[in-house]
Amino acid sequence: MCKECGCGLGGDVRIGGDAHTHEHEHGHGHGHDHPHEPPPGHGGQTVTLQRSLLEKNDRLAEQNRGFFRAKKLLVLNVVSSPGSGKTTFIRETAAQLAGRLRVGVIVGDLATDNDAARLRAAGIPVVQITTGTVCHLDAEMVARAAGQIDLDHLDVLVIENVGNLVCPADYDLGEDLRVVLLSVTEGEDKPLKYPPLFHSANVAVVTKSDMAAAAGFDRPLALFNLQRASHHARIFELSAKTGEGMQTWLDYLVERHGAGQGRKV
Amino acid sequence: MHEVSIMESAVSMAVETARKSGSDRVLAVRLRVGALSGVVPEALRFAFDVVCQGTPAEGASLEMELVPAGGWCPVCQADFQFAVFPGECPRCHEPNGELRHGRELEITSVEIS
Repeated sequence: MCKECGCGLGGDVRIGGDAHTHEHEHGHGHGHDHPHEPPPGHGGQTVTLQRSLLEKNDRLAEQNRGFFRAKKLLVLNVVSSPGSGKTTFIRETAAQLAGRLRVGVIVGDLATDNDAARLRAAGIPVVQITTGTVCHLDAEMVARAAGQIDLDHLDVLVIENVGNLVCPADYDLGEDLRVVLLSVTEGEDKPLKYPPLFHSANVAVVTKSDMAAAAGFDRPLALFNLQRASHHARIFELSAKTGEGMQTWLDYLVERHGAGQGRKV
Repeated sequence: MHEVSIMESAVSMAVETARKSGSDRVLAVRLRVGALSGVVPEALRFAFDVVCQGTPAEGASLEMELVPAGGWCPVCQADFQFAVFPGECPRCHEPNGELRHGRELEITSVEIS
């Protein structure tokens, strides 16, 4: 259907293996439009709307945010291109936070539950969203998935988005922090090629730092580009595989969780 | 790359607006699309024709106002337009301008019969 990627064609979104296709309406019963007189055109009546085309998602995302806050959760939306190391990064984050914070994961993928299986094998509570052909997660999918995970026994909810640096930029999921990954193997100019997503991030993580030398990674250039695209973002550099740099990242999560929410009893 | 679902929202808002006003025809749909909105105008246009089929908006025209990336320079204390984003203020070359425009994805108005 869509010319670029075919997103929107094909199968149903599946959550935890269940197809579930009906829509939930959360609107109030009136619109925000007001009839106005002319301007020009086609001989009809012009009605001014000035509404965001993403308002339905934005509204659901705010509901998610309120729900997650009430549950005292720190919620991360992890975005990157495919193959940047999201799953390994999330698995190691969850494993190394054990004893400090309890982590659950919602995983989005176009097809297969391989990433969910990897996380589940590590003993992490996981819900899988199989998007079929939809190239991003949206707030409604996350709300449904969140109903299938025991949030009362979690401190951190990590949402692993579909590997894509374009579409997820537009879709607020109700997260506290949008975390974008840039691996050392994928080129220092990614932040400049996909500025909306990098700009929207609160945190940027340079991953696979153990491979930097082999990949000929130009670290100063990558950091410069990251800062240009997202000068407000907090930047971390780490290797989930070797553990290098992980401690700083984990301490940051503990601090953010404590600052925003307060511990569960 | 999700132009179809975006356009479905736009057309459904347009059709709903017509219905509430007692009209059965949408003549035109007007959008504001930012340069950094993550959607491709040509793909939106393609999706519009498909999505409108069989609805009261079939045959309607689509008018898109494209909004360039605009920023605010903290040094000059003034607005500027990005030549490319991310980029610097053209007056003082300050690199940390704040993005103010370019993320728009809005339906501004509809014309109904």
